Amino acid sequence: MLETTPRLDDPDGLFEALVEAHRGLDPEASRRLDARIILLLANHIGSVAVVRAAIDAALNAAPDTRAKAAP
Amino acid sequence: MGGTYTYPRYAFAAVGEQGARHPVVVVGGGMVGLAVALDLAQRGQSVVVLDDDDTVSIGSRAICHAKRSLEIYGRLGVGPALLRKGVIWNVGKVFFHDRQVYAFDLLPEPGHEYPAFVNLQQYYLEEWLVDACRASGLVELRWKSRVAAVANRADGVALTVATPAGSYDLHADWLLACDGARSFVRESLGLPFVGKVFRDRFLIADVVMQAAFPAERWFWFDPPFHPGGSVLLHRQADNVWRIDFQLGWDADPEAEKDPERVAGRVRAMLGPDVEFTLEWISVYTFRCRRLEKFRHGRTIFLGDAAHQVSPFGARGGNGGTQDADNLAWKLAAVLQGAAPEALLDSYDAERIPAADENILNSTRSTDFITPKNHAARAYRDAALELAEHYAFARPLVNSGRLSRPAVLRESPLSTPDREDWLGGLPPGAPAVDAPVRRDGADDWLLHHLGGNAFTLLLFGRPGDFPAGVLAQLGQGRLPVRPVFVTAMAEEGALHDHQGLAAARYDARPGTAILLRPDQHVAARWRAFEAAAVAQARLAALGFAAADTQRMAG
Ligand SMILES: Cc1cc2nc3c(=O)[nH]c(=O)nc-3n(C[C@H](O)[C@H](O)[C@H](O)COP(=O)(O)OP(=O)(O)OC[C@H]3O[C@@H](n4cnc5c(N)ncnc54)[C@H](O)[C@@H]3O)c2cc1C
Repeated sequence: MLETTPRLDDPDGLFEALVEAHRGLDPEASRRLDARIILLLANHIGSVAVVRAAIDAALNAAPDTRAKAAP
Repeated sequence: MGGTYTYPRYAFAAVGEQGARHPVVVVGGGMVGLAVALDLAQRGQSVVVLDDDDTVSIGSRAICHAKRSLEIYGRLGVGPALLRKGVIWNVGKVFFHDRQVYAFDLLPEPGHEYPAFVNLQQYYLEEWLVDACRASGLVELRWKSRVAAVANRADGVALTVATPAGSYDLHADWLLACDGARSFVRESLGLPFVGKVFRDRFLIADVVMQAAFPAERWFWFDPPFHPGGSVLLHRQADNVWRIDFQLGWDADPEAEKDPERVAGRVRAMLGPDVEFTLEWISVYTFRCRRLEKFRHGRTIFLGDAAHQVSPFGARGGNGGTQDADNLAWKLAAVLQGAAPEALLDSYDAERIPAADENILNSTRSTDFITPKNHAARAYRDAALELAEHYAFARPLVNSGRLSRPAVLRESPLSTPDREDWLGGLPPGAPAVDAPVRRDGADDWLLHHLGGNAFTLLLFGRPGDFPAGVLAQLGQGRLPVRPVFVTAMAEEGALHDHQGLAAARYDARPGTAILLRPDQHVAARWRAFEAAAVAQARLAALGFAAADTQRMAG
């Protein structure tokens, strides 16, 4: 259900837009901005199960968080 | 401090008896102990209530009474007084920093006797419950009577009661432990009370003022007048307003109770021009926890003695009231020989999931209000920022998920649906009210449900159903009493003049709904069949499946 194959039409543009949005923000404001983006996207996706799968995929993707992912 | 309310003092009377035996003893005359005692009395059961104090709940505690509690108090006879004296509110507003981010309306759909919420100080409710207990003639209230020792026995519980005139022993066939969050009974039986403590402190201040605020629930996150904390404002009766200030874990509770300091906080909030007097000040740390089981042999725990929640969502007293509602008819049925003792196990099966639902909701609210780390704080503030602009984010904001009645979904007493229903009330759900007319006079459906019988709600005229069979169902203890509901005015039926009863119960002509004495749905059918009703009644009384078939047959 969580789509992890490449699907973005403009990956470089996405990366640039995210970095640009955070430029000049202190860490606290940055964190809230990310949180707002995630909440907006979660609602757009409209499925808590998909978001949970994304949380697990994200936890699994790095060694320092892997232990927290669902088995 | 204080002044709007005069606490009654109930006289202590020395008890001559030593080692007397009573069928039911309630320890703790708080709101839950009084409610269960009154409910038992209305079912013909005599009760002794022991309370270590000689008055009602002191200070500012429960204020928000939810619709289901009001309906239960309605059944017990004190509902109209709550409505008259209490403050009805429906609108809640949420503020972040200096701005309102959204408002909600609990949307009181018309056609219910009681609104979503009434705010009233706990002491009034307890005073009326005491009066009603006395008037019942079956409740013996013993004040200044502290339970000082408890021992569970196979046939009951042995108690030692300490009073100003010395101690005495008594034997309770059944002990209802309603002695609050610090339950002595729970501790003497060595029962673990596990859960979590929230590392936060809250200042509760009641102020008396003639203010222009509307009767609404206002909740501020991080307002300019109380930076870094949350504040909650509620209106109560007598122009008393409850203000909760979140203080943080590091606050010094003693210093925070200084009236000058509290007055400064209140003035910062209300502005320099609002005159007020302080009525009550306390500082709390909140907890969520419960007993693993509520029934321990002949001792049964109710209310805060059984489970404790943080107040966000008003689930403490409202949960305890539902405990009383759930247990009273069962215990009366067992004592009066209408049900096997196994019926009491269903109290655990029904009220533990309900307590867990309350704990889950109040834990989540408390975690939102007191974020545990930087990320939690960022998500909370992000949700608040979005809520001001986008409707989707409003359900994410959690300033308290207000008490809803438990639907006893997994109840062992329910008979599962066999037919298709388009909504309505599934087995386990509490009955829903509707306006009806009886003999041309306005009335409410709930007035006709439950009590000392099962109710069979039959959608149709009396003549549409076999009278002889119904008369047979109406025999014996806790019988099935039919209540007919018709779309047109008919002799011997409740007139569903707005069609709301039929709509709310998803009823068609011929539909039959069996309700328990506590007004929860036990079973429902598209057509009346006597054997099915008899069997569902027995199942709801806790008889084993093998027996219900034989007995109903
Ligand atoms: C600040 C605050 C706000 C709240 N707001 C709400 C709200 O808005 N809505 C809501 O529903 N709930 C609210 N609650 C929770 C509510 O007050 C409790 O859930 C409720 O009082 C529980 O009732 P109870 O009868 O179980 O216990 P209690 O009210 O604590 O009563 C226990 C009784 O037992 C007696 N007792 C204790 N030990 C003994 C002994 N050994 N022998 C004899 N008697 C004894 C005590 O004197 C007392 O009378 C709030 C609580 C707080 C603290």
